[in-house]
Amino acid sequence: MTELLVGTRKGLFVLEGEPGAEFQITTRAFVGEPVDYAMRDPRTGRLYAAVTSPFWGPRIWFTDGEPGGDDWQPALGVALPKGGDEALKRIWVIVTGEADGVIYAGGDPGVLFQSSDNGETWTLNQALWEHPTRPRWRRDSGGLSVHSIVPWPGEPDRLALAISAAGVWLTEDGGATWSHGNEGIVADYLPEETRANAIDLCVHHLERAPARPERLFLQFHGGVYRSDDAGRSWTDIAAGLPHDFGFPVVLDPADPDSAFVIPVTTEDRVTDGAVTVWETRDAGATWTPREDGLPRENAWLSVLRQSFAATGAGAGLELYFGATSGEIFGSGDGGARWFGVAKRLPAIASVRAG
Amino acid sequence: MAIVRLRGQLEKLAGAPEVTVEGGTITDILRALESEHAGLEGWILDERGVLRGHINVFVNGEPAEPDASVGERDKLEILPAISGG
Repeated sequence: MTELLVGTRKGLFVLEGEPGAEFQITTRAFVGEPVDYAMRDPRTGRLYAAVTSPFWGPRIWFTDGEPGGDDWQPALGVALPKGGDEALKRIWVIVTGEADGVIYAGGDPGVLFQSSDNGETWTLNQALWEHPTRPRWRRDSGGLSVHSIVPWPGEPDRLALAISAAGVWLTEDGGATWSHGNEGIVADYLPEETRANAIDLCVHHLERAPARPERLFLQFHGGVYRSDDAGRSWTDIAAGLPHDFGFPVVLDPADPDSAFVIPVTTEDRVTDGAVTVWETRDAGATWTPREDGLPRENAWLSVLRQSFAATGAGAGLELYFGATSGEIFGSGDGGARWFGVAKRLPAIASVRAG
Repeated sequence: MAIVRLRGQLEKLAGAPEVTVEGGTITDILRALESEHAGLEGWILDERGVLRGHINVFVNGEPAEPDASVGERDKLEILPAISGG
C-alpha cells in the first residue's frame, strides 16, 4: 500500500492505494487552510505539515497519531528573530537529516531551520540568515524561498540547499559556513554582462543521487543541470527536452544516472497541451518521453516544484505528480505506464509518497 | 486590566476563553498576552511586532486599530478577518 501526502490550498489530503488504480482519500486535515508541504519521517513515523494560515501565519505542525486526529502540535521556534524588519512568510520544505532526530525546514525569506528533537523545537541557521551576500538575493514570483534541502547520505555535516533566487549553497561543517555552488549555471533572464558572477539564480528544484552523493540534478528557470562535484559546478543537460523550463525533478534512488522532469512552456509555465514526463538514464545525455496513460490533448497543467515524488527504487520505483488543477497521476513501473490517482482536489502544492 | 476574549485555536493555546491583561494600547495588550501565554507567541503579532494582516481586534464590540487606547475593564476580541473568494 502506498501513502500519498498531498498538500493543497485547502488542506492536507492523505491518499492510499496500489499502483494501477485510483487511490482512496483516507483523511483530510487542516481543512480549508493552505498546506504547503507535508511529509512523514520514515525513521519515526511522525508526520509533519507546513501550514500557512492566512490569519495566524506560517507554522510547522507534527503528530504521532492519525493524520485526521486532534494530536497535531505546533512546533516551537519556527520564526525569525524578534524585533527585526522581516517576518517568516512560509515554510516550503521539510527534510529528514542524517543525524538522529535531526530535521531541516526551508522557508521564505531564504531561511533554513534545524531541529534536533524530531521537529518539536527549531532554531534558525544564523550563518545563512546573516550571510553577507543576502542583500543581493532576489525574490521571485514565489517569494525568496529555501525550497530544496539535500543531505549527504552518511555525512551529517554536509548539506546542499537551493534558494530561489539565490542559487545553490553548500556546507561541509553542519551549517556553520556556506559557500556558493553556481559555476556553470547560466541565467538567460539576466543581461549578458552580469551573468558570470550572478548570485540571483532561480533554481526551481535540487536533488542528490543517493547512490552517488557527489552527483546532483537541478531544474533551473530555463535549463536542467547536473553536477558531478558535489554541487560546485554544473553542466546543462537540457538538450533533447522539448522545453528547458519546469519546476520539479525526481531521481531513481537506485540509479545515479537517472532523472525525471516535467517540461513546461517558458511563456505560460504549463504543459503544452499534452502531459509528458521525460526520463534520462544516462545522466542527461539523452531523454525519453514517458507518456503512456497521460493526457495527450487539451491538458495545460501546472506542476509545482514540490508536487512530483518518488517512492521505492529500481524495478519498484513508483512516481506520482499532482497539478494545480487538482489531478494526480502515478506510475508503478518507473514511468513506463501512468494512471489517474485522484482528481478534483484543490490546487496541489506538494506530493510526498511513501 | 482589560479582558481579552479568545476563541478557537487561540483559546486552545491559552487554555482559557477569557484572560485579563494589562496594557495601555491594543499593541501593549497583545504583546503582554503573547508574553504571559507562551503558546500564543507569534500567533497574533509577527516577529516584527506587527499585528498579522488578517486579524481584527475589537474593543467593546467596535473595530479598533493597534495603537488605540484601552481602558480598565474594556473587553477585547481577537478574530480572523472576513475572507473568501
